[in-house]
Amino acid sequence: MISRRRLLSLAGASALLAACGSNTGRGGSGQALKQWYHAYGEPGVQQAVERYASSYPKTQVDVQWNPGDYDSKLATSLLSDGGPDVFESTPQISSVRAGQLVPLDDVFGDARNDFSESILATHTVDGKIYGVPQAVDMQMLFYRKSFLAQAGVQPPSTVDELIDAARRLTRDGVKGLFAGNDGGGGVLGGPALWSAGLDYVRDHQVGFDDPLAAQAIGKLRELYTSGGLLLGAVKDWAEPDAFNQGLVAMQWTGLWAVPAVQKALGDDFGVLPFPKLTGSGRPSVPVGAFGAMVNAKSKRVDEAKEFVRWLWIERTDYQEDFNLGYGFHIPPRKSIAEKASKLTTGAAADAVKFVRDNAKASNPPDWTSVMRTAFNDAVSRVVRDGAPADAEMKGAAGKVRDELKRLYG
Amino acid sequence: MSNGRAFWLFVGPFAIGLLVFVYVPIGWSLLLSFFDARNTVTPTEFVGLRNYADMLTDQPFLSSLGTFSVFAAFIVPLTFVLALALALLVNQISFMQAFFRSVFFLPTACSYVVASLVWKLSIFNGVRFGLANTVLGWFGAEPVAWTVSTSPPWYWLVLVTLRLWLQLGFYMILFIAGLQRIPQHLYEAAWIDGARPGWQTLRYITLPQLRTTSVAVVLLLLVAAYQAFDEFYNVLGTDRGYPPFARPPLIYLYYTALGSGGQDFGHGSAGAVILTLLIAGVTLLQGRVITR
Repeated sequence: MISRRRLLSLAGASALLAACGSNTGRGGSGQALKQWYHAYGEPGVQQAVERYASSYPKTQVDVQWNPGDYDSKLATSLLSDGGPDVFESTPQISSVRAGQLVPLDDVFGDARNDFSESILATHTVDGKIYGVPQAVDMQMLFYRKSFLAQAGVQPPSTVDELIDAARRLTRDGVKGLFAGNDGGGGVLGGPALWSAGLDYVRDHQVGFDDPLAAQAIGKLRELYTSGGLLLGAVKDWAEPDAFNQGLVAMQWTGLWAVPAVQKALGDDFGVLPFPKLTGSGRPSVPVGAFGAMVNAKSKRVDEAKEFVRWLWIERTDYQEDFNLGYGFHIPPRKSIAEKASKLTTGAAADAVKFVRDNAKASNPPDWTSVMRTAFNDAVSRVVRDGAPADAEMKGAAGKVRDELKRLYG
Repeated sequence: MSNGRAFWLFVGPFAIGLLVFVYVPIGWSLLLSFFDARNTVTPTEFVGLRNYADMLTDQPFLSSLGTFSVFAAFIVPLTFVLALALALLVNQISFMQAFFRSVFFLPTACSYVVASLVWKLSIFNGVRFGLANTVLGWFGAEPVAWTVSTSPPWYWLVLVTLRLWLQLGFYMILFIAGLQRIPQHLYEAAWIDGARPGWQTLRYITLPQLRTTSVAVVLLLLVAAYQAFDEFYNVLGTDRGYPPFARPPLIYLYYTALGSGGQDFGHGSAGAVILTLLIAGVTLLQGRVITR
C-alpha cells in the first residue's frame, strides 16, 4: 500500500508543479516606465507594441504582455504599489471613484475633435476622460449567403424575422444561429434592449425600467426555444469556428473575425447589425474600445502621461499600424479611419457604417459588475429557465436603481 | 545544534509561510468584512455589520448556499458509498491489487481545469460530433446541449460525473488505509463465533472499525462540496460571467470581490465569513451525529 509519507510527497510535488506555472516575476530596471497590455490573439501585435515602446526617445519603457485573466490581474495590481504606470483597459466608475485613474483631458490637445465622440464617451466618467482610445472593436451578426438563398430566407431586419430565419435555416444537421454557448443571453441581452429603444443606464437612471424590456428579453426566450440555436459548441461566440465549419447559417461574433471568415468562406457571407424589435426600436451593434490609461499610484504620473500622449496622439502612424496591421479594428481617430483602405470594402466597410449609425457602448463606465450580474442573471433565467420576463426585468431594474443611488445619490 | 534551533530551522519556513499566506489574509478578510471596501484593501469607512446584513438578505447568495447544501446532501453520501465500495473491492482482490489501486487513484493527479475542459469540450459538448452525442446518435436521439439545457438540468450530470471521476480514487485510498488497519484477528474471532463473511462482518466489524476514517472522509467531502469552484467555473462559466444556476457560493463571492468593474471586498469578505461559519456548523453537526 501507499505509505502516508509517499502520499504527502506526491501532494507536495504537485503543489510545486502548480507553483511553477504562475511565475510572473520579471526583471527590468527601476528606471523604466511599466506598460501593460492584455494578450492580443493576432500574431505580431506583441512585437509591434514592443517596437513602439522601444522607439520612445525620452525614457525606457518596459512592455509587459499579460496572457490569461487580464481584468482581474490588472484590478488587483492597481490596489498595490507594484502596478503598471501605463496600461490598457476601459474605465469603470468604481476605479475612478476609488481614485485609481489619472484624468487625461489635457493630453488630447487639438486632437480631441478627431476622436469619435461615441468612443470618447465610453472613456468619460463624471465629465473627465480617463483613457485614450486605442482600437475600436464591435460585434455583429454574420450570415452565410448561400444557406439563406437555399432556404429562401431574406437577411432579417426585425427580431421576429431573425427568430423565423433561425428556425427555417435549421435543417440537415445545420443550426440556424449561434450566439454563444449560454443560449444568447450573455451577448444578446444588450442588443435586445437596444432593439426596443432602451438601454442599460441612461442619464444616471435605469434604462430598461419599461414594459418593452420584458417583451425584448422575451424574444430571446422565443429564439432559445425555437430549436434554431446551436448550443454547446466547442469554441464560444468570439471565435467564428462554428460559422466557418458550416455548423450554423448565422453567428453572432465580431469585426475581428472578418479575416478568418473571409479565408474560410470567401465572399459567401454578409454582416448585419442586431435588428430592431418594432418600428420604434433601432438596429444596434455593441462597440467598445480599450484605451491607454495612467495609474494614479504611479510615482511618475507626468512622464506616464507624456508617454501616452506621444504614443496614442502624436504617433498617428503607430495607431494606424496597431489597428490595421494585424487584425481588423477601427481606428478611433476619424482622420485615420477614413484613410484605411482595408475598411472600405466588403463586410469591414459595412461594419464601419454600423459603428457610425448604430453604435451602442458594450461596456459603459457606469454599468458596474453588480448591475451586470443582476441583469445577466435575470436574462439568463428568462432565456434558459422560462422565468416570467416582466418580473425578472423589474427585479433587475430594482437592483440597478439601488446601485445607481449609491453611485450618484 | 540545539534542539530548539533545529526545530525552528525545520518548522520556521513553513510557519512563516502559513502566517503570511494563510493567517494574515484570513484576519485581513475578517477586518475587511466590517468596512466599505470597494476597490481598496485598506478601507477607512467602518460599517459595522452592514455587509453581513446585506449578504444575509442577498437573494443570489442565499440561493447559492441553498443549492450547495442540496448538492452536499447528494454528493457526500454518493461519493462516500462509491469510494467505500471501491475500497472494499480493491482491498479484497489478491491479483494485481497495486495496479487497480493506481488506476482508480490516478484521476486524482489530474488537474481540475484540464478535466473540466475535457468534459466540456470533448465528452459533453453540444454539437452532433461530441462523444456523448455521438453515442446518443447511434440510438437515433437528437443531440443534447449538455452544459446549456436547464430543463432537464443536464449540467448536473456533467458536473457530478466529473467530480466523482476526480475524487473517488482519493477517498478510496483513505478507506483502503483504514481497512488495512483493522486487525485480522477480529475477523477470525467473528468467524469462530459464527458470523458469516459479507454483510454481517461488514456491518458489525468493518464499519465500526472504520469510524475514524469515515468521520474524516465525510468532513473532507463536506468541505469540498461547499468549496466547489474549479470544475463549476470551467464548465459553466463563460466570458460573459456565470449563469445563476448551480452557482457555487465561492464563485458568487469571487465575482463580488474580484469582478471586473467593481471590486467589493467588504461584501465578499462578509460572504466568505458566513460560508466559513456554515461549513464549520455543518461539520460539527455531522461529527456529533456520526460519533454518537
